[in-house]
Amino acid sequence: MSDRNAHYVAPVDETQPGDVDQVKLAKRKSNMWIDAWRDLRKRPLFYVALVLSFSVLILALFPEWFTNADPSYGDLSRSNGAATEGHPLGFTKLGYDVWARIVYGAKTSLTVGLLVVAITAAIGIPMGAIAGYYGGRVDSILSRIGDVFFSIPYFLAAVVVMSVMSDWRNPLTISFAIGGFAWASLARIVRAEVLRNKNLEYVMASEAVGRSRGSTLLRHVLPNSMGPVIVALTLSLGGAITAEATLSLLGIGLNGYFSWGNEIAQAQQTLRTNPSALFWPSLALTLTVLAFTFLGELIRDALDPKARARR
Amino acid sequence: MTETTPVTDTNGAAPVVGEDQPLISVHDLEVGFQTQNGIVNAVRGVSFDIYPGETVAIVGESGSGKSTTATALMKLLPGNGDITGGKVLVEGTDIVDHDEKQMAAIRGGVIGYVPQDPMSNLNPVWSVGFQVREAIRANGVATGKKEIEARAVEVLQQAGLADAERRMSQFPHQFSGGMRQRVLIGIGLGADPKLLIADEPTSALDVTVQKVILDHIESLTHEKGTAVLLITHDLGLAAERASKVIVMHQGRIVESGPSRDLLTNPQHPYTQRLIAAAPSLASRRIESSSAVAEAGVGADKFDVAQMAEQRAEKVDQDAAPIISVKNLTKEFQIRKGGFKSETFRAVDEISFDIPKGTTLALVGESGSGKSTAAKMILGLEVPTAGDIVVGGTNMTNVSRKDLFNLRARMQPVFQDPYSSLDPQRSIGATIAEPMKVHKVGDKAARRARVLELLDQVSLPEELAGRYPNELSGGQRQRVAIARPGAQAGRGRARRGGLRARRARPGADPPAPGGPAGRARAELPVHHARPRGGARHRRQRRGDGAGQDRRVRHHGRDLRVREAAVHAASARRDPGRRDRVGRLTLS
Repeated sequence: MSDRNAHYVAPVDETQPGDVDQVKLAKRKSNMWIDAWRDLRKRPLFYVALVLSFSVLILALFPEWFTNADPSYGDLSRSNGAATEGHPLGFTKLGYDVWARIVYGAKTSLTVGLLVVAITAAIGIPMGAIAGYYGGRVDSILSRIGDVFFSIPYFLAAVVVMSVMSDWRNPLTISFAIGGFAWASLARIVRAEVLRNKNLEYVMASEAVGRSRGSTLLRHVLPNSMGPVIVALTLSLGGAITAEATLSLLGIGLNGYFSWGNEIAQAQQTLRTNPSALFWPSLALTLTVLAFTFLGELIRDALDPKARARR
Repeated sequence: MTETTPVTDTNGAAPVVGEDQPLISVHDLEVGFQTQNGIVNAVRGVSFDIYPGETVAIVGESGSGKSTTATALMKLLPGNGDITGGKVLVEGTDIVDHDEKQMAAIRGGVIGYVPQDPMSNLNPVWSVGFQVREAIRANGVATGKKEIEARAVEVLQQAGLADAERRMSQFPHQFSGGMRQRVLIGIGLGADPKLLIADEPTSALDVTVQKVILDHIESLTHEKGTAVLLITHDLGLAAERASKVIVMHQGRIVESGPSRDLLTNPQHPYTQRLIAAAPSLASRRIESSSAVAEAGVGADKFDVAQMAEQRAEKVDQDAAPIISVKNLTKEFQIRKGGFKSETFRAVDEISFDIPKGTTLALVGESGSGKSTAAKMILGLEVPTAGDIVVGGTNMTNVSRKDLFNLRARMQPVFQDPYSSLDPQRSIGATIAEPMKVHKVGDKAARRARVLELLDQVSLPEELAGRYPNELSGGQRQRVAIARPGAQAGRGRARRGGLRARRARPGADPPAPGGPAGRARAELPVHHARPRGGARHRRQRRGDGAGQDRRVRHHGRDLRVREAAVHAASARRDPGRRDRVGRLTLS
């Protein structure tokens, strides 16, 4: 066989090797946020989530723009009534306008949701980050404290707190009751992420440069640990809104406030006779929770260059 | 297929004698990957034959399509990849349209496979014996419990495990990297395949083990007349182990032929570049330039001793050394279950001086303590005993402020280009960080310095606003080299010691030529790296060999044993050939 040992050379002009390790760059300038935005705007789900969460936000801020009905005006003559002009979703058993109560309830639900997220983050992130980064005894102490809170189901704790605080039932106390016990799981996530990141070489490089440990934690370790944290936080936003709804359903929530939880609790009694009074507030709750969850996941993916490259 | 004479001649000069029918015949193979930006063609029209008993090597840098080609032969492409054109004939039948069941008969039985990383290719929760038995059962070489058991023991014995029967019940973590790779080779050869595909079988292993493993593959396949397809990025290694070499670049074959021919008479510019950059070729030139001259690899001949002399920097004998290490010791407590712990001496009383403006190399395999020593000098790890004096400051009980000032003068370049850059910070911010921390200059001055440094490592200015994920390994490593340079801009800091440790392994072969040398031109470098070209030639110890933890020497006892030079940079600029050096301490 002659061709077995043939020395083949590809035509050089067709297969130019190019410069060694040359840099191929797109002309467009980029930074973290531009890149994230470029990624986000290509994803239809992002717009859906964005529109939904903005609608809820506007609903919460300016309820009077969306309805002329008074949510606190109940007219028993229209009990369980069907939709009429100006009252698109009908009426509850007590004759309240369903749509108006959803619109005015958004404020409470969203306030509680965001407050719980803020409280959870404010306690959970520092606890987890310090425990994971400094390790040793600090880690033992902080993690044991976290374990104590983790072992108490946050909902059970909130039930106890809300029962005791029966005179001060307002969005702030209910948020503290939920957030004050829900942070432990976030702290665990943060700790695990920090543990994973702190041994990477860029962290060592930063310390070798002379950056203090605390500063390295804030500048390099935490930003790289935020991906799962953002997702956990958006999920807890949904969870918090649901928890408030459940507490209200149990009658230890926000009496005297319009809230989706209260609506769902009230509408339960008419599940068979007037299901739509239950359906609409539940749908509002579900869509809001879904919107924020999607938003969180999409933003996480967009901010992570590696996740971007995978898609 | 009848018995053939395998050709394993190093020089590849002997005419290949064997079957007329190729075992594997690839015609115009094209492989595409479905990505977000459409189909990316990883392999574009590749044709070659592998004859029974022959050893063929595919050489190329990462992304050249060499591994994709190999996996296409077994149709083990990842989910988004598919053969989009061409034919793959295995013993005369085209397998492109074979279904999973038909392929299962070919995998293992006709084509065996040895993966790249032995650490991740054995399942840690199953015993080694279980995994070998599983492979044997799957290939149908033996049936019945006893028969399978016997065959498994036989496979492990062939793999070179002395007490195979006892080791069957052990788990992968109880095996060293070399032993695991032997087990995987054993599994790959378990069903007596006609072809063994070895995908960079040694690149994840320690220097001292690599040669043993390659020898092992060679002797086993030689014995049985198995053909070998070796995938590697090292042209020197390919030429040494294979009779035929195929050079791939960007999905195409740019050159192929008998290895001797290819090495002595490279036609394509890319092959020429590969030969210039191949680490093992450089080392061979150094080890015996005369022998190489006979072999005719001519072009770059270096006299080692002369090179070492050239390398010797002018040392001011009166000046105090910039870094002085005395009896440095580090012990770690290793938990042994319960409350028991054991002391492990990672660094055992080492002493050395680094005079101003000189380079010192710490060489050793993984676990030898070289990185721990470097960390202690950087102040990232606290020594158990001993003294480190850096620029007149003793690092034991050093105050925070002194350490902070020292760090302006002492910078590491890390091993892994992928983890040494913060993925969320732009290249510019990364390079500017040392200056920012030490409050050097204002924002504009720092930016100017960043651009200057980027230029020094041959990277375009626009990169300052980009992120590490846009760069290749070699480019990231250049950024990592530019980062410590940031502080050298200060007059005072220029006196400091820069250390570059293991600044190579993550980079593609043609990459390391220029910029590293450039950075070193300005800064004193403390250079420690475990692997170099000479790895196949030296230290023929078995892979279980004890680690030499005691490295003791003083400046004067340094004896140059060998040095690797990147011919590429040396040829372009003869005055620079001394910058990438390698010293062995003895």
